[in-house]
Amino acid sequence: MLERDVRRDFPILNIKVNGKPLVYLDSAASSQKPNDVLQSYCRFCESRYANVHRGIHTLGEAATGDYEAARRTVAEFINAPELEGVIFTRGTTESINLVARSFGHKFIKHGQSIVLTPMEHHANLVPWQLVAKAVGAELRFIPLKEDGTLDISEARKLIDHTTALVSVTHVSNVLGTINPVGELVQLAHKVGAKILVDGAQSVPHMPVSLRELNPDFYAFSGHKMLGPTGIGVLYGRPEILADMDPFLTGGEMIREVYLDHATWNELPYKFEAGTPAIAEAIGLAEAVRYLTSIGMERIAQLDHLLTSQALNKLSREPDTKVYGPRTQHGAVVSFNVKGIHPHDLAGLLDREGIAIRAGHHCCQPLMRWLDVQATARASFYLYNVPEDVDALIEGLKVARKVLA
Amino acid sequence: MSDIYSEILLDHYRLPRNKGKLFQETISVEGKNPLCGDEIVLHLKLDGERVSEVAFEGSGCAISMASASMLTEDLKGRTLSEVESRIDQFRHFIREGAEPEGESLNDMISLSGVAKLPVRVKCATLAWTTMEEALRQVAKK
Repeated sequence: MLERDVRRDFPILNIKVNGKPLVYLDSAASSQKPNDVLQSYCRFCESRYANVHRGIHTLGEAATGDYEAARRTVAEFINAPELEGVIFTRGTTESINLVARSFGHKFIKHGQSIVLTPMEHHANLVPWQLVAKAVGAELRFIPLKEDGTLDISEARKLIDHTTALVSVTHVSNVLGTINPVGELVQLAHKVGAKILVDGAQSVPHMPVSLRELNPDFYAFSGHKMLGPTGIGVLYGRPEILADMDPFLTGGEMIREVYLDHATWNELPYKFEAGTPAIAEAIGLAEAVRYLTSIGMERIAQLDHLLTSQALNKLSREPDTKVYGPRTQHGAVVSFNVKGIHPHDLAGLLDREGIAIRAGHHCCQPLMRWLDVQATARASFYLYNVPEDVDALIEGLKVARKVLA
Repeated sequence: MSDIYSEILLDHYRLPRNKGKLFQETISVEGKNPLCGDEIVLHLKLDGERVSEVAFEGSGCAISMASASMLTEDLKGRTLSEVESRIDQFRHFIREGAEPEGESLNDMISLSGVAKLPVRVKCATLAWTTMEEALRQVAKK
């Protein structure tokens, strides 16, 4: 376990749900927030708040300084090669849509291919369906092996001279599969293709160094890493971003505007139209400081410990099927109990104060691949303890008794 | 949360009433909650303006299946216009949690907790919206 009791830092862990202490196993959907993050948000709004990059007044300067400091904090956290490549967005979904719109529609041509996987979240599938349809590109999918890992030998064949972009999740939000992103980056670059990595489930849980991974685009969300909702990040390689057209237009992203045309602001502001989520960016930076104070290696170890325990214990439960690889597994465990709809499982666990996710997890094609309508999913984070895994297993026994 | 998994609901889930096909049904209508994976087919036999038999088939969560079972018990023998007002009563009850004046909702009262669970409202109403679709198709015939 962690050396210090981080649970004390999360006020919500003191609440009771249905008379039982909360066991929160849904961090892959959204994480809880520590006091530091909540307070940083309040402190900023109470004493330093104004719009950014505009006001020539004390608060305007303070807010701009804090907002840009937040960008530096986030850039350092992911070891981004260039600060101007770090764009604040509303979250992973907006980040990917930005690339689809501004890169995809302009640079992916008729007859080229976009290579994805069947385990993508809808947010990293549907934008590419629209691009493919609009420009006449082909969607290709790297097949999965039986254990839910990518078939890399197939990837070597699929990523070819026609490929304009590879877009792949770093860690599956359903299977927990940790994809060999470094290898995929090399495969993409070897044929001159660009690669986007969906880091929504990786950045919160493991050390991520963009200098080492070397992707062209990397997207993630603040709310899954102890930060506020409504703030996320797109890293893009500046030389590519420079050639892309703006995503949203209006204030902030502009340099000179005439009645009939306009020119764009420099990076990263070209892609931050309108007033950004200022206090949320500052809250995200505080979340990064909190995670860093504990250490991402340490968090990855803890996730691994809890996930292994859950995989082992769930596999021993009767009539229970666990999905995804047994090793190299992120902080999510998806499963089904025979004869019990996952929604009922989640509903019955909720009676015991246990919060899990049930449904298709925004991965309907993957549900079809698994040949299920839905799965139950428990996900872990730094505030979880082995007792939470035990509570889940006990809760399952109760649920089976109720619905048997 | 009030306990939605009451004994009455579980009884309908474990021992669903009128589950299966009908001999010589008048109409069969399919309903789905694609987001949950709940699926249902309602079979109706009409005797003039009266629903003489109702049965259902399908799979899904306990709430959707129990609600379908309750529907078949409640609507059997009613006229089409009675069915229509019963659907309205049920829907109002599920959304607002308020019991209607007049005729009791009987076993369906066990679904009252759903009103506080917006995510599960779709499950509880699936059979009923499917019934509404059946009424529309009957009217077109």
